[in-house]
Formats: sequence, structure tokens, C-alpha cells
Amino acid sequence: MNNKLKTWLIFTFLTIFTLFTVYPVLNIISVSLRTDNAFQTKSLSFLDFDEEYTDINNNGNWDKGEPFNDENFNNSWDSGSSLNSYKTLFTETSFLRWAWNSFLVTLVVTITGVALASTGGYAISRFNFKGRQFTMISLLTTQMFPATMLLLPFFILLSKLGLINSYIGLIIIYSSTALPFCIWQMKGYYDTLPAALEESARLDGCSQFQAFYKIILPLSSPALVITALFSFMASWNEYVVAAIVLQDPELYTLPLGLKSFQASLATQWGLYAAGAVVVSIPVTILFISLARYLVSGLTMGSVKG
Amino acid sequence: MSTVRFENINKFYGDIQVLNNINLDVEDGEFLVLVGPSGCGKSTTLRMVAGLEDPTDGQLFIGDKVVNEIEPSKRDIAMVFQNYALYPHMSVFENMSFGLKIRKLDSAEITKRVKEAADILQIDDLLLRRPKELSGGQRQRVALGRCIVRNPKVFLFDEPLSNLDAKLRAEMRVEIKKLHQILKTTMMYVTHDQTEAMTMGSRIAVINKGVIEQLDTPDRIYRHPVNKFVAGFIGSPQMNFIEGNVSSSDGILHFASGKIDLDLSGHNFNTIPSKVILGIRPENISLKTSENKSSNNIIKAVVDLIEPLGAVSLLHLNSDGIRFSASIKSIENIIEGIEAEFIFDGSSFHFFDAASQKYLD
Repeated sequence: MNNKLKTWLIFTFLTIFTLFTVYPVLNIISVSLRTDNAFQTKSLSFLDFDEEYTDINNNGNWDKGEPFNDENFNNSWDSGSSLNSYKTLFTETSFLRWAWNSFLVTLVVTITGVALASTGGYAISRFNFKGRQFTMISLLTTQMFPATMLLLPFFILLSKLGLINSYIGLIIIYSSTALPFCIWQMKGYYDTLPAALEESARLDGCSQFQAFYKIILPLSSPALVITALFSFMASWNEYVVAAIVLQDPELYTLPLGLKSFQASLATQWGLYAAGAVVVSIPVTILFISLARYLVSGLTMGSVKG
Repeated sequence: MSTVRFENINKFYGDIQVLNNINLDVEDGEFLVLVGPSGCGKSTTLRMVAGLEDPTDGQLFIGDKVVNEIEPSKRDIAMVFQNYALYPHMSVFENMSFGLKIRKLDSAEITKRVKEAADILQIDDLLLRRPKELSGGQRQRVALGRCIVRNPKVFLFDEPLSNLDAKLRAEMRVEIKKLHQILKTTMMYVTHDQTEAMTMGSRIAVINKGVIEQLDTPDRIYRHPVNKFVAGFIGSPQMNFIEGNVSSSDGILHFASGKIDLDLSGHNFNTIPSKVILGIRPENISLKTSENKSSNNIIKAVVDLIEPLGAVSLLHLNSDGIRFSASIKSIENIIEGIEAEFIFDGSSFHFFDAASQKYLD
């Protein structure tokens, strides 16, 4: 197969899968920009949606008072698209409060995750202590159980500790579920760094801890980024555990808040979609800005040398 | 500058003993080389001085102070590692000044010391570069520089040249030796390369299986090895060993092994064991020519293989199943497969007890 054909095939393949990936995203953006709750429409044609009007003063724009064909019966003239859903989202719902709640929980989980995984992974990678192997296997074993299986034990545990309807309860669960992977990830990365670096630092006058934070930690930024991202994702997007732990709408995180737009009789699809778009923005920015670390971090932990 | 003293040092990893009753005195300003095969315990010995390994028992002194319980950071020791261990996220200047910053020296003093060390090592123009932008030789210089700036009591080198190519290794060997002449600091150098050991050390400690087999000057170790291991380990190409018997006939001692019969005139033994190993270095075996045909100890052997080494050629020989090698300058008329006559220099024979492997006086 010549190279040109191969390139074409690769690009065709990638294009098809890009479309698969992008279509739902476009759909959500489209729904969020629609002026009604036209969720069921089958096209992405939000830009064509245009109510007819009579241009009395002939200025090319619809002006207040000019008659129009109110196709969606909402008593306002709608042009192709509108940011109304976003406006409503920020002004008439508790979205900002949920965002703040989510930010708070995510920040604490991420900091906890990075702090504990970076030190825990280091201890496992560098020190020989009794129960080291057992600790590693135990951490791995926890990853075998699906989150739903742990819901009831978590709920009972948190109830007994009086941590239902509390961020501390949520943070403990998020951190404990994200930590095993993060510790393994950090351990794998530290294993690739020669011990001679710390030994050299210790001979240069550093204590064990100074050698860790002055030499090893700065060199581990790719793994730290992965750990931070993983911890971030573990809490920012999480719904099921939050739904169990948080019952007061004032304490809702973003996924819970968004779900509350979905009522039994009428779902506010416009708001729902606008919320989904806004929620995904920080994640997208993080992934794009950290993509460089992401690729190197994921592969560097796996291969020694 | 300082002395280093090992007193009855043992080291166990679980049930495995890696160092067995090490007693060693490194004198002030001395360049001591620890040499031995892989896994013999030489690096462990060095790392103990650095504080990176703890002795299981025994006492380790730096100067007149026992340092068993002292942290590496407090020992005032500098070490050059096999893989250089330069900090990849720091420039050469930062690498060299790191130890001084940790010790909170003022910045003018730090700059002065780094500049001086860079000057000695001719790396002034590399100070702003990162380690990944340097060649292997340059990295090794930076690693040396990092040690020099600290002006430590003892320098430790853990196989520092083994990652370099042969040419660079020879150059750096000379540089390290010069550095020792300039700094006159106590240096301990670990290598498995006997050439490095012979050329660099003022004394050599040959270690095998956690035991110091011999501690002496390079010349004495080469000429008077205490046992078969040292004799075989030091010297390149390696010494030939032939196992046989020593017997006396008409008052003259003879060594016999297969068809080989050697006259041992001039050799005396306190006791003669039943089995003896004769050791002779390849450079002490010569080709029989018309000029030296009257010599004793002529052995016929088939040339199995010729290894040209430049100034000399190493001939791998076979005399009725007894294999040995000879280092010959001129090999005219010699080709692989032919039989030739070789002269063993009787004054260069070494004898070892086949049972104990010890040198026979």
C-alpha cells in the first residue's frame, strides 16, 4: 500500500471518529442556543430558525412593535439563535452557587489527591517497609469494585459519622476512590527516576524530605498533572455519590444541579444544555492546556528507562 | 581532607552477606581504588562511606569520628555517580551551586567557587546549559564540578567512567588523576575495570565476594598477587593458569602438566602441595626464534586464534588440550592453525596452591 493511500485511509478513519465525537457536542451547543426547549428537533439548524416579521420602518431589523409570526408561541420574536438559556442559567437558577460548590469540592479533592498520592507513591516507590507489597495490592484491589457497589457501605459509614449532607463526606469518598489509581500512577513514575538523584541531593546536604521536594517533585510534573487531572475529574463530573450524600439543594454540586432541570413533566432542555456546555468548559480548557503533559505523563509511568 | 577507616565492617541483606569483616584504612589525601567483579561488594563499601548504606555491624570512621549514625548530608562527602545524577531541571550553574545553596553560603562565595571549579574543569562556557544539552564527557565534568565546589573531606567515585566511550574514558582517567594532584583530597574510586584501577590508584583494594583479597600498590599487586583470584583479575590480558604437579629430580624442581614439563631452577618452596597451579602472564611467553633457541622451557603449541591488539598480538594457543595465551610483538610467519614453539620465562612464574588458591612462596 503506498503512503498516500495509507494517509488517506488514516485521515478518513480519524474524520469519521471525530464526527462521532463531535456530533453530540454540537447537538448540545445547538440545543443550548435554541430559543425554546426544542430538544426533539432532528436537525442542527438553529441558525435557520427565523420567525417572519414585517419590517415597517424598513431598517432591515425587527423593532419592538413590528408584527411577527410567532411560530413557537412564546410571545417574543426569535431570530436564528439566542443566548437566553445562558442568561437564564446564570440569573434565574442556582447555577453559580452549584458551580462554587463544585469548585470548592473539586479544589479540595485535587489538592488532597496530589498531596497524598505524591507522598504515598514516593514512600511505596523508594522505601522498603513491612507491608509494602500488601499495601500496593490492597490499593489495586479497591479498583476492582464498581462505585455503585460501594454506595450502600459509603452511605452507612457517612450516616454513622454524621457526614451526610456535608462536603467533608463527599470529599472523603472522592479522595479515597481517586487515590489508589493516583498513588500507583505516581509510584510508577517515581520508579523511572534514578535513586541516584536523591542520593546525590542528600550528599549535597538535603534531608530526605528536601531531596523529595527540591529534586524529585519538580521532575515529576507530568505525573503530578495526571494525578491532578484524575482527581479533578473524579469530583467535577461525579453524580451518583453526590446524589446519595447531598440532599440539600443549596449544597448541590454541578452534576446534581443540572439533573434538577430534568423534571418529571417538563425538562428545561435549553437550560440543561447550556449548563452542560458551561460545565464542560473548564474540563476542556484543562485538557487542552495540559495535553502535552498528559501524553508524556501517561506513557512515562509505564516504561522504565 | 580526611582519613577513612573501616573496622570489622559486615553487611547483610537478609541472610546474604555482602561484606565480610572489612578492615581498611584510607590515608589522608590518598587515591584508593576498590576493584572487583560485579556484585563483589565494592559499591556497597563506597556507599557506606557516603551514608547511603548502613553497616550491619562494625564501625566506620571519617577522620576520628564514628559516622555509622550520621546522615549523608552531615558527613561532608561528595560522590560522583555512574549515571552522573545531575539534576535535569537545573542548569549546570544551578547543579554545581545546589549543595552550596543548601548550606546557605552567600551568593558571591557560591559564584566564586563555581567559577573556580568551572575553570579547573574547562566548562566555563557550559554554565547556562541544561544537562540534556551536554555530551557524556561534559556531564561527567559537571558531576566532578559539583563535588569540587563543596571542598569535601572525601571524594567518592562510583564507576564514573563506565558510561563513556573508550577514548573519552582514557581522557577522563587522566583528568581525574590530575584533579587529585591539584586538590590532594582523599579519594575512593570504585571500578570493575582493572586498567582504571592500575592507572589511577595510589593503592588498590581487590575485593571478591565481600572480602578484601589484597590491599597494596598497583605494582605490588601486579607482581605479587596474594592468590589466584587477584592474579587473574589484575592484568590484561589475563594471566594463564596451568594446573599440574611439582616434583624434584636430580635436585632440580620440575613442573609437569600433560606434555608440558618446565624447569623450575631458581624456585624454592617452603612446602610443595600435591596439586599446584602455575601462573604466567601472556607477556612472559615469547615466540622461539633463531636468536633465543638455546632457552629452556620451550613448549610446542598450535595457534588457535590471533587477536591483533596493535603494538602486540594476542595468540590463543593449545598444547595438547592445555590452553594459554601469549602476547607477542612480532608474529611474522605465524598464521592460525600452525604449530610453533614458545618460550616460558622461568623468572616470571607464579605458583598457587590448587586447593587453597593461595600464592606459594
